[in-house]
Amino acid sequence: MASSDALLPISAREEDPLLSDVSRSDRNAETHRSRRPVKGLLAVSFGLLFIAFYVALIATHDGSRRSNDPKLESNETSTSTSRAHLAGVSEKSNGQLLKLSGVRNAVAFAWNNSVLSWQRTAFHFQPEQNWMNDPNGPLFYKGWYHFFYQYNPNAAVWGDIVWGHAVSKDLIHWVHLPIAMVADQWYDANGVWTGSATFLDDGSIVMLYTGSTDKSVQVQNLAYPEDLNDPLLVKWVKYSGNPVLVPPPDILPKDFRDPTTAWKTSAGKWRITIGSKINKTGISLVYDTTDFKTYEKHDTLLHKVPNTGMWECVDFYPVSKTAVNGLDTSVNGPNVKHIVKASMDDTRFDHYAVGTYFDSNGTWIPDDPTIDVGMSASLRYDYGKFYASKTFYDQNKGRRILWSWIGESDSEAADVQKGWSSLQGIPRTVVLDTKTGKNLVQWPVEEIESLRLSSKQFDMEVGPGSVVPVDVDTATQLDIEAEFEIKKEFLDKILGDASVAAEAEEFSCQKSGGSTVRGALGPFGFSVLADKSLSEQTPVYFYVAKGKDSKLKTFFCTDTSRSTFANDVVKPIYGSSVPVLRGEKLTMRILVDHSIVEGFAQGGRTCITSRVYPTKAIYGAAKLFVFNNAIDATVTASFKVWQMNSAFIHPYSEEVVRAISST
Amino acid sequence: MKKMVVVMVMMLVMVSEASMIEQTCKETPDFNLCVSLLDSDPRGSSADTSGLALILVDKIKGLATKTLNEINYLYKKRPELKQALDECSRRYKTILKADVPEAIEAISKGVPKFGEDGVIDAGVEAAVCEGEFKGKSPLTSLTKSMQKISNVTRAIVRMLL
Repeated sequence: MASSDALLPISAREEDPLLSDVSRSDRNAETHRSRRPVKGLLAVSFGLLFIAFYVALIATHDGSRRSNDPKLESNETSTSTSRAHLAGVSEKSNGQLLKLSGVRNAVAFAWNNSVLSWQRTAFHFQPEQNWMNDPNGPLFYKGWYHFFYQYNPNAAVWGDIVWGHAVSKDLIHWVHLPIAMVADQWYDANGVWTGSATFLDDGSIVMLYTGSTDKSVQVQNLAYPEDLNDPLLVKWVKYSGNPVLVPPPDILPKDFRDPTTAWKTSAGKWRITIGSKINKTGISLVYDTTDFKTYEKHDTLLHKVPNTGMWECVDFYPVSKTAVNGLDTSVNGPNVKHIVKASMDDTRFDHYAVGTYFDSNGTWIPDDPTIDVGMSASLRYDYGKFYASKTFYDQNKGRRILWSWIGESDSEAADVQKGWSSLQGIPRTVVLDTKTGKNLVQWPVEEIESLRLSSKQFDMEVGPGSVVPVDVDTATQLDIEAEFEIKKEFLDKILGDASVAAEAEEFSCQKSGGSTVRGALGPFGFSVLADKSLSEQTPVYFYVAKGKDSKLKTFFCTDTSRSTFANDVVKPIYGSSVPVLRGEKLTMRILVDHSIVEGFAQGGRTCITSRVYPTKAIYGAAKLFVFNNAIDATVTASFKVWQMNSAFIHPYSEEVVRAISST
Repeated sequence: MKKMVVVMVMMLVMVSEASMIEQTCKETPDFNLCVSLLDSDPRGSSADTSGLALILVDKIKGLATKTLNEINYLYKKRPELKQALDECSRRYKTILKADVPEAIEAISKGVPKFGEDGVIDAGVEAAVCEGEFKGKSPLTSLTKSMQKISNVTRAIVRMLL
């Protein structure tokens, strides 16, 4: 092919495809040009290279024009789209919403202040107004539990982030304090982001946190209390030599955040880990320090898992293999396992794995690599709305306590109208499940029981296909502890009946249609925040499925699909399987607090937090039901329901702060 | 000889710049819409993924403003629709005052998940507004447009996660 083809402008090229006959006539027209041989050869080879490259590009372009996925063109079907990794992500989805508004009976609900103000919780941590996200630097000091949090002082959506602060004697009754840290330095001008506290050997406190610099680079900064004699730790000072860590060479400037609490190595140094990613591999970097000001970066990582994306809010801590108390972050030894947890940016799920830590080189390996951190089947603290969680060691009572950000599932218009967004979950103790050895067990801190007011005990048989109202006066602030048992005759019958298909392998809370779909041995449980006619309801339930090997597999689910008539709210069905050991009854605990429902199965082996926004089942109209939707089996239910008091979280005021400073 | 090299390099550069937008738009639910929005913006040809996302957030902002103007016009022309228009006005103001600033800040600062939330919400608010008219909406093409742009923008923001 003559090199002169390479000189045609691109538009001419497109009209004359490279292999067409037209090019021959062009060549013929140019025979009058004389060419010097060397230059000609060079030109030819350049031309050929160029042509080859151009052909490749054309081929890719043609491919792209034809790549419109017909499935994705109509919004109505784009819910959890053809991209598997979108499933479960940031549940707000145009597709889900449009499906509803396409239905004839969908009522467009305009939020009014009465319905919106009901949504505010009575005993969950939340600021007086505006937006909150990640828990930061939780700690216990001089008689007070401290809680810091990502806060937007200006709006009910994320932005302008500073550190909010509150204190409590019991993790339940909080007093709001002034903002602890604002974005007033070049190294955190664009945001004072998440961080963790470490107690030094002399009992003093250091805080490491991520700053977004004035150039939007993510760096780590050091801060400490201005006055350690102030038990309220109101004022904080930033180290003049900040930042103490900047993104290392192989890490992008926006993939470097959320430093952990430090732990002591056997060499006597402090060690921290920070989540990041390299391409799509989630990783956790390791740094050693003696003074929190200068650091040595390890060449190796604490751990990494391919295809999990950015690891946010990494947490790393020891758990005892045998005891049910918590352990200080620096504890190590043969009787200890280590947990690596990360918040997955791609899916907004918190995942953890149990494994072994090697202090000599700062690495960790999971006990079960098939459920490694961040893999779709790996364990989660909570199968509902629950992210950016962080633990701390409570040296006051020898516990490890878990905080977590619970976002909203409603529209931002509603958040703006009601003036606030997000909650924290009730703090939970975390221990290794000594019976299974493979998972953690969480439970609301015992101090929450101080909110229990009057209670009622119920013992009943619930027949198949029945819904029974539970007479407890108001039903918007409740603590329910329940035990269920499927009557043995039904279990035997179902297990022995070959015609009853095994469904355990296919069943999932999310995909099996919710609480109205009836099986042989379930679903059964409670319907909370339900109105009298059950037009709005939130079932929290067990589903027992027969497995292939005639074993039973139990699932714990929360179905928010009928929780509200509102059509601008995300209403997923959440849940997971829950291990039930031989001889165990099925137990469930539910905390209901206005727009948040927290469920705990088998003592906290599987937990589900949901946000719900009923329009009718509110105030005095909210009721409680117990139900059994199984086809044949009868269930015995034995449960206690407490009315829960408000925690009366105290707004910030100077007088209150002065008063409590002296206690 | 020199001229040949220069022309070749220029052609290579032209071809590869166009393909950044095309490569990105290939991974969104609406390639044609994506390309037309980004090509029409002078910043598009030299933007990275983050820049492309911000251009689309700007389009969301422009479309929201345009829709609010249309809503204000409809108050006079179709006064019987006041209740629905009130709700639409609230929803679209949320897009301008909450969703767009949140998305811009989050994308610029490298915490794109909050940008994804803002962008998704823009589509939700548009869909809610559309639903207020129970099938007889005078704003359909505007609200459908917002939902489509929201879907495309979300796909690009997710590339930043």
